[in-house]
Amino acid sequence: MIAYILKRLAYGAITIWFIATATFFSMHAVPGDPFNEAKAASPQLRQNLMARYGLDKPVTEQYLIYLRNMLRGDFGISFTQENRQVNDIIREHFPVSAILGVAALLIAATGGIIGGAVAAHWHNRSPDRAMMIAVVLAISVPSFVIAALAQMAIVRANDWLGFPLLPVAGWGGISHVWVPALVLGLGTMAYLARLMRSSMLAVMQSDYVLTARAKGLSDWQIFRKHQLRNAMLPVVTELGPTIAAITTGGFVVELIFAIPGLGRYFVQAIQQLDYTVIMGTTVFYGAFLVLMVVLIDIAYGLIDPRIRLHGDGR
Amino acid sequence: MQFHADDFKALPAAPVEQMEALAPAPPLWRVLLADVRAVVALVVVALLVFSAFAGPFLWPQDPARQWLSQVSSGPTTARIVAVVEDNPQWQGALVQAGQLMSVSATTTSVKLAWPAVAGAAGYRVYRAEAGEGAGLGVPLAQIEHPWYDDRLQLRERAYRYTVVPVGVAPEGENELSRRATITLTPALTIGRFEAQLLDLPVHNGEVVLPAHPLGTDSLGRDMLSRVIHGARTSMLVGLTAPLLFITLGAFYGAAAGLIGGWVDNTLMRIADFVVALPFLLFMILFRVAMGIESGESGLFPMVLAMVLLSWPGAARLVRGQVLQLRGSAFVLSARMAGASNLYLIRRHLLPNVLPLLLVSLSFAIPQAIFTEALLSFIGMGVVPPTPSWGSLCNEGIRSMLTHPHELIVPAVAISIAVLAFNVLGDALSDAMDVQIRRGAQ
Repeated sequence: MIAYILKRLAYGAITIWFIATATFFSMHAVPGDPFNEAKAASPQLRQNLMARYGLDKPVTEQYLIYLRNMLRGDFGISFTQENRQVNDIIREHFPVSAILGVAALLIAATGGIIGGAVAAHWHNRSPDRAMMIAVVLAISVPSFVIAALAQMAIVRANDWLGFPLLPVAGWGGISHVWVPALVLGLGTMAYLARLMRSSMLAVMQSDYVLTARAKGLSDWQIFRKHQLRNAMLPVVTELGPTIAAITTGGFVVELIFAIPGLGRYFVQAIQQLDYTVIMGTTVFYGAFLVLMVVLIDIAYGLIDPRIRLHGDGR
Repeated sequence: MQFHADDFKALPAAPVEQMEALAPAPPLWRVLLADVRAVVALVVVALLVFSAFAGPFLWPQDPARQWLSQVSSGPTTARIVAVVEDNPQWQGALVQAGQLMSVSATTTSVKLAWPAVAGAAGYRVYRAEAGEGAGLGVPLAQIEHPWYDDRLQLRERAYRYTVVPVGVAPEGENELSRRATITLTPALTIGRFEAQLLDLPVHNGEVVLPAHPLGTDSLGRDMLSRVIHGARTSMLVGLTAPLLFITLGAFYGAAAGLIGGWVDNTLMRIADFVVALPFLLFMILFRVAMGIESGESGLFPMVLAMVLLSWPGAARLVRGQVLQLRGSAFVLSARMAGASNLYLIRRHLLPNVLPLLLVSLSFAIPQAIFTEALLSFIGMGVVPPTPSWGSLCNEGIRSMLTHPHELIVPAVAISIAVLAFNVLGDALSDAMDVQIRRGAQ
């Protein structure tokens, strides 16, 4: 088991190094340089700026310095916001994204499991059909459209009620979390509901459910103890990959709802070509996702020994 | 042991499903065409692809042409409108007594005239929207003569005009001021300058304005032609990128599986690393890294980035199939019978792999359409003059509270396209299941 964990961790470390390297070299392939006319008015000023950000050194040396700093956990200074450390930006904005992401994941998992179970329970009847239509719609309508429509709905509802029921945008109390989290989690919820439904249908035809029925257990008891629990297993294993979907999906939702999360910051940094912030957030997000995958792999290895035997576990 | 004839009579007939199972697997397209949703999805997909490529010929309006007098308008039909002078020097009309009155009120111009107030140094004209409380509203002008021609951003609604004489009474509204509420009729006019700009043939002082079946956007551009040209972008990215990366991945995976050994190991490790790259982040990063020259649409960098990041899925799939087939008894016996590699690939590998690739293609297409829309939405996709469904949504979202059609039209287009391809993919993989189940028995 320890060998397995070490192997997964080493693999994760190499992957993060690969992400960092790919990020570094693609950023260095960007045409032009980050200092435009307005910032570097004279050649002397430009030279000073280049020296300050270490851009006057050869690329290989820059790469080594970059890797060394990254190992120390130092992502450098923002290009557009003077004297602001990328680390500070991440520290300040990532918790916001994390709260939103966790809320979205909780909503998606709860909604998906309940929705899928309901659909399977009334298989081929109207609740099932309605659920499947909702699922297909939620998968097909882009998140930014759903976000915009949700915002429009909030505005109209607030207008109609005459007092603000829910905030339209921004970040603050718990009331700011619900709608963005729901919008963010909707696609995942649909996906999980579909998964839960087919898993539940398989369980419903299993022998142990038949046995339970023969024993005379009530429908509710069978549903709760035998069907729900067993059907949830494949859904729980799928939660890992959905973390990635929710993390990256956060960009747009944060942008539309004006939530000061890291995703919105990343999009802004790209629009302003703030190289250090782009590199820092990309590597940070990448490392975060890799770490999540590794942790989940290890957790599965602990729960289910069969996965370990398959070696890579991927 | 002896048998009676009755023993055989008691044997039940084989169930129908078993009989069917023994029949050879029907061709994929037959299974697919028996499925209603697959047929509907196929028709929608065909229509989308057709409209993306033939649409600009069927609806030849230029998506970049701005109809300045019809900004953010709803659906309109073709109309004949009068050409009016841009800066007519209206001399006013004499009003003897009574209330403030309007001479004419259209969305081009509201001409007001009122009886002169003795001793007034001038008049201030205010405008408010009729439903907007009791205030004076926006000050429009201070003039000396008792008439005014309002041409400031007039919309089709009711306005309340107030004229306050200056120098005869205290500031603000007083007993000498005049007030009138006027409902504007939509103007069937176009300025001479705009008519010239748009190069419209003037006939008897009138021009024909073309229809805008889906209205216009906030810059006065025809929505229908923008959606059609956006469909071009979406279909181009949505079809070429998946085709390219699935082909690339298939060859890569086949090579890895056929060569085997350490080459296979290295190749698949590389694929693992590419899978680990956060997809959207690197799409954006590559797009920034590749840069866009002025005049380019940004389509090529997007397709390239998508291909670079998405090939490992197909590679893994094909490699798995190759390994499975290599170990299978029928390939082994074919090899012993002296079959060439080419024969094996043609006879055994392709028929087994192609349907799987078809299914992954049908799921990759909506994913690619989605990605394109998302990137264009955050401004990291195609560059503005090129319309794309994502960038149309981005433009529409700014005015969604006042003119929701600008958001809803492209949003519906994306949703229908993604929905159709998703349903088609579902139907395809279901049909494939039927085939595999039948084929296996």
